[in-house]
Amino acid sequence: MNSLSSMIEVADLTHSYGGKEILKGLNLSIARGEVFALIGPTGAGKTTLLRIIDLLETPGSGEIYFDGICVPRSGKQRLEIRRRMSFIHQKPQVFNSSVYDNVACGLRWRGEERDRIAEKVDGILETVGLEGYDSRDARTLSGGEAQRVALARALVLEPEVLLLDEPTANLDPVSTAKIEHLIGDVARRHNTTMIMATHDMAQGQQLADRIGVLIDGTLLQTGNATDIFRSPRNEEVAHFVGMENIIEGVVVANNEGIATVSVGSNPDGIGIQAVSNYPARQEVYACIRPEDITLAPMMHRSSARNSLQGRVARVASNGPLSRVQIDCGFRLVALVTRVSAEELNLQEGSEVYADFKATAVHIMERNASR
Amino acid sequence: MTEIWYGLTKAMELIISFDPEVMEIAARTLRIAGTSCLLASLISLPLASLIHFRRFHGKRVLINIIQTLFSVPTVIVGLFVFVLLSRAGPLGELGILFTPAAMVIGQMILITPILLGLTISALSGVSKEVVETATSLGASGFQLVLLVLREARYAVLAALILGFGRALSELGVAMMVGGNIRGFTRVMTTALSLATTRGELEMALALGIILLFLALVINIVLNRLQQRR
Repeated sequence: MNSLSSMIEVADLTHSYGGKEILKGLNLSIARGEVFALIGPTGAGKTTLLRIIDLLETPGSGEIYFDGICVPRSGKQRLEIRRRMSFIHQKPQVFNSSVYDNVACGLRWRGEERDRIAEKVDGILETVGLEGYDSRDARTLSGGEAQRVALARALVLEPEVLLLDEPTANLDPVSTAKIEHLIGDVARRHNTTMIMATHDMAQGQQLADRIGVLIDGTLLQTGNATDIFRSPRNEEVAHFVGMENIIEGVVVANNEGIATVSVGSNPDGIGIQAVSNYPARQEVYACIRPEDITLAPMMHRSSARNSLQGRVARVASNGPLSRVQIDCGFRLVALVTRVSAEELNLQEGSEVYADFKATAVHIMERNASR
Repeated sequence: MTEIWYGLTKAMELIISFDPEVMEIAARTLRIAGTSCLLASLISLPLASLIHFRRFHGKRVLINIIQTLFSVPTVIVGLFVFVLLSRAGPLGELGILFTPAAMVIGQMILITPILLGLTISALSGVSKEVVETATSLGASGFQLVLLVLREARYAVLAALILGFGRALSELGVAMMVGGNIRGFTRVMTTALSLATTRGELEMALALGIILLFLALVINIVLNRLQQRR
């Protein structure tokens, strides 16, 4: 790894709290201008990693490189480096003063001139849609407004690196959309390097160039959205990214990159066709995203290479979609639009064919190492 | 009973007519207590910040000692300052015993623990998240202290006012190191005490009413501050 080309680099980072290991030997390199989403369940260590990168905490062991500089564990240089970053916390903390003073404080601390401060603060308040809020008491704002103040307060510093910790976790959908729009805008216009922790995979997918999956203190996989969502590296990642169908099986044949995988409990098994290079007798998981499965009343013989007969076990509505559980020798979950569920007259016990392409099946080795 | 009623009416007359002697004593009292409070806060605010922000051994014990000193008897502080400033004492050469300066020193010693203790607890009332937010926005150590003091301003101000009230109403220090010299170190509490022993009931009652009134004002201001957060 060349630390000169990356904006942030983390090497062998380990950190514990009260005897519990939160980060376990993390390595990560973020390029200048890159938007990186850190996804993972609550308690995986996302916040701790961001806090260490923002130099709010010193790691148990390991190094951090900022713009090629190895960050010292103490001393004045940490403040200088920290001043090149901004951190948006999950729960915005506003200071007990006016909106203007809240947004201006970082600039004042950096010794910026009065006129420049006024100019910049006015500009950023307009950007975040809070013009005219200058003299409002920041503590009387709503959650969404407070988060926009926090965002303005961080952005007005024109940071080279912006760290975001679940910036929309406590917000309603409208406020969330506003914040996401602002973040996307900043990334595009200022080429700011961003690291964003989120448990919302759609948000990660929408805003990030690259995604890292952090589970239980370990970075299990990094890659672009397609890699992560289509080809998770192991079962834990697959579960987290919403691969609801993770089916145990064995490759029985492989014909020029099309593997036949035997799944299900009956001795003969049910054959699933999947694009994969694993050889015969390899124990695997076959992963299928529920939205990649279509349902039909009869056997299909078109582009879909798999058409499995089954019985509907359960239908539940899931917003505009219907979540259908099908028993076809093994349990399969499909997400279909409510309209098509109604057209098919899906009810418990009704017979149906589940169709999916061979390319929609992701095959991964069982007991894959981390 | 009639004597008391007579005294009360006379006292009200003294107050309403802005009796020069009463007003002069009241003004001196406020001046001395105000100076003590100001000087004590100049020491206490930085010191309290230091204690709050630094991690060191025995911090808990130190805070406990400070809190114990909240209720130190005024006569003990008076005795201590008297010994310190008396001719034979270590600071005897200054020759300031029985001057307002001696009273200010005594009152500072008396109220510094209150200012320290209450400021420390005011600072502890500022959440860790606020401190951290400021840190990540690039505040230096000193800027952080100023911000936290600002965040805790109402509670800090309440501490100052409580200290001022204690300086205003104490008798021991003023009597022992001030000496109750008329027109020089005589303050409301010492004047009240003297007037009572002399049997000048209307004077004593007038001073008592003013003292109570000041206590009321302080209490109202404190209440107001505690409602704002």
